[in-house]
Amino acid sequence: MAVSDRITRWRYRYVPDHLLGEILTKRWVDNAIPLLILLAVALVFGSLIPDFFGPASISSLMRQWGEFALIVLALMIVMVAGGIDLSVGSTFALGNIVALALLNVAEWPVAAVIVGTLACGAAVGLVNGLLVGYLRLRAFLTTLVTLIIVRAVVDMLLLKYSVAIAAAFVDSDFWYYLGEGYVLGLPFSVVVAAIVAIVAHLVLTRSRAGWHVLATGGSRRSAHNVGISVRRVICATYVVSGTLSALAGLLFASRLGGAGADTGVGLEIAALTAAVLGGNSLGGGRGSAAKAIMGSIIVMIMVNGLVRLGITRGGSSLLLGIILLAAVAIDVRWLKNRHKLLSKVYVSPTYAELPPAPATEGESPYALNDRLRPVEAIGLNRIDGPEDVILDEDDNIYAGNRTGDIVRFHAPDYSRQEVFAHVGGRPLGMAFARDGSLLCCIGGMGLYRITRDRKIEKLTDETNRSWFSVIDDSRLRLADDLDIAPDGRVFFSEATIRYEMHEWPVDCLESRGNGRIICFNPSTGVTRTVLKNLLFPNGICMTLDGQSFLFAETWACRVSRYWFDGPKQRQVETVIADLPGYPDNINRASDGSYWLALVGMRTPALDLALKMPGFRKRMARRIAPDEWMYPNINTGCVLRFDETGRIIETLWDLGGENHPMITSMREHKGYLYIGGILNNRVGRLKLAGVDAGWTGQRSYWGRA
Amino acid sequence: MQVFAGLSQERIVFGLALLLCILFAVALPGFLTADNILNLVRSVSILGILGVAMGLVVIGRGIDLSLVSLMAVSVAWTLSLIGRDMPLAEALAIGLVFSLFIGAVNGWLVGYVEVPAIFATLAMGTLVYGFGRYFLFDLDVVYMPDSALQILWLGQGKLFGIPVPIFVFAVVCLVGYLFLRYARSGRYLRAIGDNLLAARVAGVPARPIIVLQYVLSSLIGYIAGIVTAGSVASMNTRLAISTYVYDVILVVVLGGIGLSGGKGNIRNVIVGTLLIGVLLNGMTIMDIQYTVQNVIKGIILLTAIMIDTILNPRDEQTAQQGDI
Repeated sequence: MAVSDRITRWRYRYVPDHLLGEILTKRWVDNAIPLLILLAVALVFGSLIPDFFGPASISSLMRQWGEFALIVLALMIVMVAGGIDLSVGSTFALGNIVALALLNVAEWPVAAVIVGTLACGAAVGLVNGLLVGYLRLRAFLTTLVTLIIVRAVVDMLLLKYSVAIAAAFVDSDFWYYLGEGYVLGLPFSVVVAAIVAIVAHLVLTRSRAGWHVLATGGSRRSAHNVGISVRRVICATYVVSGTLSALAGLLFASRLGGAGADTGVGLEIAALTAAVLGGNSLGGGRGSAAKAIMGSIIVMIMVNGLVRLGITRGGSSLLLGIILLAAVAIDVRWLKNRHKLLSKVYVSPTYAELPPAPATEGESPYALNDRLRPVEAIGLNRIDGPEDVILDEDDNIYAGNRTGDIVRFHAPDYSRQEVFAHVGGRPLGMAFARDGSLLCCIGGMGLYRITRDRKIEKLTDETNRSWFSVIDDSRLRLADDLDIAPDGRVFFSEATIRYEMHEWPVDCLESRGNGRIICFNPSTGVTRTVLKNLLFPNGICMTLDGQSFLFAETWACRVSRYWFDGPKQRQVETVIADLPGYPDNINRASDGSYWLALVGMRTPALDLALKMPGFRKRMARRIAPDEWMYPNINTGCVLRFDETGRIIETLWDLGGENHPMITSMREHKGYLYIGGILNNRVGRLKLAGVDAGWTGQRSYWGRA
Repeated sequence: MQVFAGLSQERIVFGLALLLCILFAVALPGFLTADNILNLVRSVSILGILGVAMGLVVIGRGIDLSLVSLMAVSVAWTLSLIGRDMPLAEALAIGLVFSLFIGAVNGWLVGYVEVPAIFATLAMGTLVYGFGRYFLFDLDVVYMPDSALQILWLGQGKLFGIPVPIFVFAVVCLVGYLFLRYARSGRYLRAIGDNLLAARVAGVPARPIIVLQYVLSSLIGYIAGIVTAGSVASMNTRLAISTYVYDVILVVVLGGIGLSGGKGNIRNVIVGTLLIGVLLNGMTIMDIQYTVQNVIKGIILLTAIMIDTILNPRDEQTAQQGDI
């Protein structure tokens, strides 16, 4: 190996390029930017202002923050549902004056004051909700107008009651506790805000109501189409928002006990800045309590810091305006371009060297021939993409198709067909269990069982999650082929964990080893990954010793053997290291050897490209997917090999007329049945000189 | 529906304005005097000029909430520059350039960065006010220096016995009408307001036109600001954070320029201005408290938006994510 090749290989083995793309797919990456801003702001103001985070300063800062955070949370809930509520500032002021008026002028008990104030806020929210939710007015303008109206009402109340409020004295410890008390060393308002934040978080992430809110914000029309009452959801968010704003006003009232004309003026701008800066999107669908909290802390620190630095009100509204504009601009551009960035960096090819391809002519065991020419077609044009074929004891053929059915062709002439079971997904590899039920790997769904009386049961659709994997690899994305050990354990391959089924060629371009082999144990119901980092593991076939299985790695052009039991437990041995094409399914033959399908043949250009990860990366970034280099799957063959890796025979279709593309084959009673994932037929070939009574099931499960 | 076939919103509003006029004339002594009527039209003409600015933007499916704020700050800057002995023309030029620059930034944010218009301009309004308070002037009210008395004529002067602001309003309306009717960019503007994607596909340079619409609105806003300054010999910068800009929106929406864009004309602004002018003037004569006036205006604006939503329902197919 040349030095430069070695360097390239080391570089791609030890630098995890794929992590960047995987991190970008995570939702929590949205929180990273606000968190960085938060740290930066805290650092800057902490160093500019002496004692900014001292005990006295932090206590008053936190108490104010509790009220502010409630308002930001209120705004966040409305924004997540796709709306906006600018009236929060006025509702805050209304909550303040109403609480004071009820307490001082009407002389209600404190509990009743709380209820009355919250009801007042909820009423304002309800008006907004009815207008925006049910009458479908524009949220922005509507809440701007309610802002003005509520503000005018507050001014009117002020004129009427401010003198009485200032003159009265409240004789209630509980009231002062709201504004000045501590819970476990934390100011009361902070505790309230924390509780509201936790509840909001749980509701948004864990409850049906919260999911409805997120769905409505994500896509209003789709939410309506799936039966969510969009109008009610939107209305409800405004009611919640109004209530929370009034609660903040109440806390403010109990802290300061006075009403001024400028209470809550401009608060909506600060709250909006906080919400957007935290990463809650305008237009909805993206937002969380954590984002609201982060945004509120940032804005709180900045506004207070500016005041402490002696900068006047003009300066702070200038700064808020600039930050708001910048945050919104970043938000809009990030949302718009995130998927572009993702598609550019997600594909991360690595160094993959294949051994030299053996010849397919002359004395080579792979030499071309025309032995597949006499294949007869079953179900021609009546089946779309039988990836795998299997036959039961009564000689009926089963094959999956592209639309998620398992189709049965009835023996003996196979002219009659029916849908055996509609399972959905993309049925791929199949195997019969001891009791005659059909186990099937379904791309996009997992491992399923169809019993003899056609009952469809899910066996498993998840496995143990890797500790250090960034993407969630517990879900099965592309279960591919399976076989069943004598004790009933099911071993099945998952071709790739980084791509969906239709993106399989991209996995080849990457050649990273994203696949794995998983074991499902029906007696315990536990699913565990047994082998990881395989290059598109595909076919799986138990060997005759009952302790190991053979598996094919498509992009590695390799067949290996894994012992799951016995003295060589957990060992992997390569059986065939250098296939001339891409192996697919493996199945047992009647004489103790194995059939292997090659789905396509290697090409020198792609083989070379696999050693040039930089080249493939540039290709993936710069040109359209249609123009990328893909593995050739236009022609392939069937071959037979034994456990030592010796190739016994190879079957080709030279003209490419009957079966150019093969993903699977089964020997059954002297015939070979052939499936292909892009074919429109099942092939049947009469084999010469084989046991005409042999069936895979009987030989394996040993029943008559 | 046949009965209502001939009734456009414009006509209804015009009818309402007349009705209010008659009502006030009967009920309020001193409403129908020549003095009051001239005063009414004069005071309302500034609102009308701003209405034309807002109308142009709304027709292009935008909205400019920084209009009043920008007007107040740029004119106050001009006045304070004159107060520091800068020649009148130079100070006017600086204020104008500042105004146009902010307008262009608004347009850039909306057109190129694709920030929702309502959001960009709201934040810009706050920003501009903060900028003014921090860098340009210390007092809320900037008074007109003696050296700028020419401006007074624009606000308080009379031509043929009719106050000059009315003429300014008329000229702005005329130019706005001609722009929308005959200028290529004016027609583009309406096309963009009607259907941005279709206009873009048809080859309209959508983004430059969006920038143009905000530059135009800031230009007209500056003119309105100069007239305002002329009529009261000062500029109150608290106007920037008042609810005045919603009066302007009220004019536009009431007049019948749909907020979803593409609809309406300068005529609608004039009609809306009349109605709001009569209303405001009437309420002032009736000595209704300022806060109560705000509630009344707010409710009228809400009703107008409601009717607008019902008449011009939002198209869910073309409404974009984030179009709030």
